[in-house]
This record gives sequence, structure tokens and C-alpha cells, in this order.
Amino acid sequence: MIKITNICKSYNNTQALQGISLEVNDGELFGLIGPDGAGKTTLMRILMTLLIQDEGQAEMNGLDVVKDYKRIRQLVGYMPGRFSLYQDLTVEENLSFFATVFGTTIEENYELIRDIYVQIEPFKNRLAGKLSGGMKQKLALSCALIHKPEILVLDEPTTGVDAVSRKEFWDMLKKLQKQGITILVSTPYMDEAGLCDRVALMQEGEVLSIDTPARIVENYSSTLLAARSDEMHRLIEDLRHWEKIDSAYAFGQFAHVTPKDDEMEAVELEQYLMHKKHNNLQVHEIAPGIEDVFMALMSGDRSY
Amino acid sequence: MKQGKIENSEPDTMTATENLSAERTPVISVKNLVKKFGNFVANDHLTFDVFKGEIFGFLGANGAGKTTAMRILCGLSSPTSGELMVSGYDVYKQAELIKRNIGYMSQKFSLYEDMTVAENIRFYAGIYGLSVRQRKEKEQVMLQKLNLESVRDKLIASLPLGWKQKLAFSIALLHDPKIIFLDEPTGGVDPITRRQFWDLIYEAAAEGKTIFVTTHYMDEAEYCSRVSIMVDGRIAALDTPDVLKKQFGADNMNGVFLQLARSATRTD
Amino acid sequence: MDRFLGFVKKEFFHIFRDRRTMIILFGIPIIQLMLFGTVITNEIKDARIAIYDQSKDEMTQEITSKLLSSGYFLLDRNLQTTNDIEAILKKGRVKEVLVFGRDFSRKLKREGKADIQIIADASDPNLAKMLTSYTTGIINDYIFKEMGDLHLPMQVEPEVRMVYNENLQSVYMFVPGIMAMILMLISAMMTSISITREKELGTMEILLVSPLRPVQIILGKVTPYLLLSIINAVLILGIGHFIFGVPIKGSWVLLMGESVLFILMALCLGIMISSLSKTQMVAMFISVIALMLPTILLSGFIFSIENMPLPLQVVSHIIPPRWFIVILRNIMLKGVGMAYVWKETLVLVFMALLFVTIAVKKFKTRLE
Repeated sequence: MIKITNICKSYNNTQALQGISLEVNDGELFGLIGPDGAGKTTLMRILMTLLIQDEGQAEMNGLDVVKDYKRIRQLVGYMPGRFSLYQDLTVEENLSFFATVFGTTIEENYELIRDIYVQIEPFKNRLAGKLSGGMKQKLALSCALIHKPEILVLDEPTTGVDAVSRKEFWDMLKKLQKQGITILVSTPYMDEAGLCDRVALMQEGEVLSIDTPARIVENYSSTLLAARSDEMHRLIEDLRHWEKIDSAYAFGQFAHVTPKDDEMEAVELEQYLMHKKHNNLQVHEIAPGIEDVFMALMSGDRSY
Repeated sequence: MKQGKIENSEPDTMTATENLSAERTPVISVKNLVKKFGNFVANDHLTFDVFKGEIFGFLGANGAGKTTAMRILCGLSSPTSGELMVSGYDVYKQAELIKRNIGYMSQKFSLYEDMTVAENIRFYAGIYGLSVRQRKEKEQVMLQKLNLESVRDKLIASLPLGWKQKLAFSIALLHDPKIIFLDEPTGGVDPITRRQFWDLIYEAAAEGKTIFVTTHYMDEAEYCSRVSIMVDGRIAALDTPDVLKKQFGADNMNGVFLQLARSATRTD
Repeated sequence: MDRFLGFVKKEFFHIFRDRRTMIILFGIPIIQLMLFGTVITNEIKDARIAIYDQSKDEMTQEITSKLLSSGYFLLDRNLQTTNDIEAILKKGRVKEVLVFGRDFSRKLKREGKADIQIIADASDPNLAKMLTSYTTGIINDYIFKEMGDLHLPMQVEPEVRMVYNENLQSVYMFVPGIMAMILMLISAMMTSISITREKELGTMEILLVSPLRPVQIILGKVTPYLLLSIINAVLILGIGHFIFGVPIKGSWVLLMGESVLFILMALCLGIMISSLSKTQMVAMFISVIALMLPTILLSGFIFSIENMPLPLQVVSHIIPPRWFIVILRNIMLKGVGMAYVWKETLVLVFMALLFVTIAVKKFKTRLE
């Protein structure tokens, strides 16, 4: 398990992490969800013993990340952002290189990576630099798994990869989780939060909320309305100019609207918009998603 | 899925789209676009129109051929065959005129990090031949609109990603282009900043600009008026997100895309 | 050990698969050597000379015609006064001026001594050196044949004066110089680039979190370049010696030993640079600006140290190739042994130790 207590870290003048505390249980698939600059990478690098925190403690399977860094490095698999592979080595050479580095062989741990590796095995003599994003991602994961780690730390593994590869990747993570591996994964995509057992929503070095995706959404108490019309831009402008509205943001084809008064009903909003002469109007109440919650949590301390 | 029935059950949406198409003139018109690299067919007979004021989503997996097609539309690469008009100009003969009438911004679009906000604006204004007075005026208007007046003399490097993105988009609009090409524009920013970015896009569209967005993030597709999805160099689907979702019986564009992309044979 | 070998194998893959690396490794040394070599051994042909003959007697005429018929020289003009000499050299077309003293043949026959002055334009020192040696050769040859019956001390003693570059260096200097430059380039620049490349790619993160120890990473990075640099050293010495006839008077073993020492020093320097730079570009800049340029300019390779202004002479002491070039010159050209190069050797050993200490201290097991 991973135990993080009050971790602070700053570079130059910016506070990258401002007192992060969280726990990841054994065998859990835990997500760090947040945009660039939230501190996800910094936190992971501290856990991977690549950085030393200014304050606080962190333990990986009971080992301190500062004192026991050598032992941690043996038991954790790490996939840094941007698929760190040797572009000029073939798929197979990459894998066997990382195997030798960890003092093992591909054959020894083939079981663990088989499901993933079979998908790229047909291309095993291709240079890694010539692989598609999805295949690079699979190879990077295979390399991170080659020494049978107990904990897997993945920094934005799905960034820059298309939807199909993303889906396959999450399926692979679920399978690995079943084999008892504890997985900590970060992503800037809110829609991936639902695929984790529990998530920490992060923003500017702070944790906004930690819970299961379902409970995070349940805890959102405000009323949320969705509205659409033929003119999205005017719709949003009209909504924002109405004094009864707290916020209005585009969510795909709809605008998500948070009224100041939780009692407001869809009808009232619809009447207002009809009065503003919107065509093909649709208004209804909706259940919030992770992204709605994230935005609500964020908007408290926004300066711009 | 009973696709036929669903299409029939939504006559309203369909007619709406058709009406939309009928009354507007295409700003981008592509007929049978083919682009070959040796034996490799990157774009295989693409045919589509993009209309004025539309936010057109151009989707596809990595390597489906969307970047190739977009480069051709921007006049950066010539097609092997096909009829293409962009902003009323012929892609083969008038590439230079096309470039003057389009704006371009990508995720990697870099403002000069070692220059200030104002310097960047003035530099790009200069590139597009705006006069010194126009430049000053544009700079003023832009900074005001983006709320960046307080940082006008700050280096780009010191700004948050979201601000850079908004600034980059506004700079792409500097020379008043008719069409703006956005290459994976909103990755990595927080959800609110992202919405603010889309506000800018909607505003530009409402002003009559045409927005052409390439992306492989499907939730970005939900924001578009119409989307085309490319698979293996062909356009596999093209319609409004609503119609596509119903057609494929999916909750979101991701579902639509997964069904289409599963049939892909190309991997790279 | 397996880990280490695996690492070295990977490094060789990188090297052999990158055409640019291969060119830098083997193309550049050979091209450099050939360039310098051919420029220097270039046969003189139709070099323009001027003659100021104050005697105009039989002997000077004959010497003149010998010179001109050799094919090496072309008479530009005959000079009338001493003043013309400088004027004509300044124009630059004439590379050498030959001045015969008064009463040449009479003096030679009577006193057994005669004066010839050879003034060469040494703004191109190698050419000047060659011109003068060709000229003296031809003159001496003539005198020998002509005055064969006379006893030996009776010889023309040409007085050679180099203008514009009084301290002409040995033509053989180019081999030690190139050797120092190439070994520096490959060892320091290539290692620093290959280490920083991993930082840029992000693979360094994975290596750091692996059970590999920093020492293993460093050794793994350095070993291939050590081997390749040794091959290069042999190659350069071989080409220099067998193709260009540069003498190697001293011991080959000592020469190779010193070369390996220099390579090790340069590798340490490369590691040190890599630990100071974050990107390949920075590493390359440091290598080129802080290493290559001083190697070329301040090591005595092209410009002699004695002629530099004092501050530069002082600076040249911290340029490692300066010491290496002295060692090479001593062993190759003078044929001396350890007794004469121990001081320079110690300096290199000290530098290697210094760099490796800084490198290991600076090489982090973490990212900051």
C-alpha cells in the first residue's frame, strides 16, 4: 500500500505540492485526476524516490521513500509520462534491456506481461520509434512490468493516445489489478475517473477530494440543469447574464447550469430562455459528473 | 441496432441539418480528395463540405489520415487528386491566398516563450502585415478581452497553460481569417479553463468564423456542430453528434468512435 | 555483471544505429586526418618566387636556372633593390624571395662561404617551411655537385628568415593535434550527449528507479566510447605513421598508455558535462565551446603557446590537450621516455581524478 502524509514540495518559488495526504490500499486501482500543473507528476516522482519532499512522509509497502529508496526501486514498476522507451531499439530489445537492468529475463516473467505483449509481439523487430502511440504505450507498460512489481505507478499513460488504445489500456490495468498489483495512475481526463476504484481530484498542488467516483458525485449537493439551443454562444451569454444563475459552462452539446437557488426547476430556466427567443430549446435536470464536481470544487479559489 | 428505424424516428434533426446545409454556402468543399505517399493511401476519396459558422470536428485515431488532410486544406501539402476549395480558393493554384485567409493553432503552437505577451501579439500582427496603428489597436482589444492586461509585459513562459492557449487562439484570429484550424487544442488544461477556451471558440463561430478542429479526444467532439470520423484514410461517418450517437446507439462520441475504430486495420 | 553487459550492448545499438554518431566517430577522424595530411604534404608546384641577385655571376645564374627548371618554382620577377622585397611579399603573390649576396661565386671559391638569403612568406607557415627546405635542398645539391672537389665545410649557408610567423611549428604537429582533438570530441562530447539524451527521453527516470547503481550506469555509458576511442587512437596513429610518414620514435606502448589516460580523462569530463546539462543541446554547446575551441586554439595545436599573450598562456594550462600534445610530441617526434613526460602525465592523471570526482558527486540518484 501507499501511504502519503502531508507532503509538501516547492520548486523555486512555486509550491508544487501543498500538504498532500492520501492512502492507496493494497490491490487498489487509484487515480490522481487533475490538469497539467496539479502536481501529479511531482507526487509520483516523490513516490518513485526520484525527488525528495520538503516536508511530510511517504511510504510504499511500508518502506520510506527517502531512507529505503533502494529497496523501493526493486518493488515498484514505473511508467513516466511520454512513454520513455529507446526509439532506436526494437520492441524486443527494449523489453530485454529493461529485463536485464532488473536482473531478470523476458521468459521468467512472461506470464505477467503475456496479455499485453502478445498484441505487440508481431512487431517485435520493429524499432520502438516507429510504433503507433497505442503500441508504444503497451510496450512501455510491458517494460514497467517486466520485474513483477508489487506496485505500479503510471504517469499519464493515456495522454496522446486515441480512444481505442485508451480503452484497451484501462482493460489491461483492470486485469493487472486482479493479479494483486497495487496501481497508482494519473490522468488529466475526468472521464477516466470512473474507471478507478478511488480517485483524488487534484488542482494546483492540493487535493480537492478523495473518494470513490460514485461517492464524489453523490456528495455534490447543488442542483444541476442542462440546456441547449441552436445558438450555443448566445445561450451561454444569456445564462451568465441572468442573476439567478451561479455558473454556466459548455458541456458538449449542452450547457451545464448551476442556479443560485437549488430549488430552481428546469421549467423556470426554460421559460427564461424562451423569453430570450432561443430555438429548439431543451432544458432538463441532470445528475452531475466528475467534471461538474471538479469545476465546482475548483471555482472557490479562482482568480481569473 | 435498428439503425434505419432510429434515423426515421428523428426526422426533425435530419431536416434541421439538411436545411442548415442547403441555406449555407460551403467554406471548405472537398470532393474525392486522394493523397498517396508511394503506395500508401493516406486519404482515400474524402468528400465533405464545411459550412460558414460551423464548428467542424475532424476525428480519427492516430494515423487515420486526419493530419494529412488538414495539411492539404491549409495549403501546406498538395493533394494527389480531387477537387478542393478552401475559403473560395483553389488548393492547387491559390495556396498562398488560402494561407492568408486561415488561422492555425495547435496544441504545440508555441508563442515565443522568451517574449512578452505584448511582443508576441505585435510580432504576429506584423507577420500578417497589419499596420502599426492596427497592431496597437488589436493588442489593446485582445488584452482587454482576454483579461490579460495585467500581464502584458510578462514573459509567455511565466503564464499558466490555459492563458497561453487562449492567447494563442486569439493570435490565430488576429488577421481576421475566415477559417480557423485547431489541432488538438484543449489537452491538459483544467476543466474551467477548457470551458473558457470553448467560450472563445463559440464566440468566433457566432461571429461567422468557421472552426475546423482535429482531435482524437472524443469528448472534444461533443462540442462540435458536426463531426466526421476517419478510419483507415476514409470518412466512416459524418453528421451531428446527436445523430451519430443515435445511429450507433452510444451514450457519447467515445462509444461511436470505438465502434467505428474497431474495424480499423491500419495501426500506424 | 549481466546488467552491465546488457547496458553496454544497448549503448552499442545506439551508436551503430545512428548514422550521425557513426560519422562523428569514424568519418570525422579520417577526413580530418586526410585533410590536414594532404594540405601539409602537398607537393609544391609553380610557387612564385622573386630573386634579388646582387652578384649576377655564373654561379648565381646557374642556381637560378636549377631552381626554375625544378618545376617547383616560377620566377615572378627580378628585384633591383632591397626595398622591393617587402613590397612584393606584401602583395602576397610571391611566396619566397631569394637574395644572393655580392660576389657570390668569388666569395665561395675564395673563402668557402657565400651568402644567400631566403625570405619566405610564413603567413602560411607550412608552405613557407616547405619552400625554404626545397630551395635549400636544391642549392646544396648544386653546390655539392659543382664544388665536389672542395672539402666539405665549404658550403653555402643559406640564411632562412621566416617573416610573419617567426616560430614555425613542425609539420608533424598535426597528428598529435588531431589526435587530441578527436579523442576529446568523441570521448567528452559523445558521452555527454548520450547521457543527456536519456534525460531528455525520460529513460533516465526509469534507469534511476531501477536497481542499477549510478556507477553502473556511468560505466555502461563510458565503456563503449572507451573502446571506440582506443580504436580511433590506433587508427589516427596508424594513418599518420604509415600514410603520412609521421615518425614514432618513442615506445608504442607508452604512447598507447598515455592515449588511454587522455581518453579516460576526456570521458570523465564528458560525464561531468552531462551531469551539469539537462539537454543534449546544452551538452553539445558546452562540449564545442568549452572543449573543442580551446583544444583547437589554445592547446598549441595550431598556434604556438609561446607566442600567446600571457593571460592566454596561463589559461592554456587548464586545457587538457595542451599537456597531451606535449606528451605526444615528445614520444613521437623526440622519442623520449617516461622520464621526460612524467610531469604532463601527472597533470592528466590529476585532471581525470578531479573530473571523475565532480562527475560522481554531481551524478544524482534522483532527479534534482
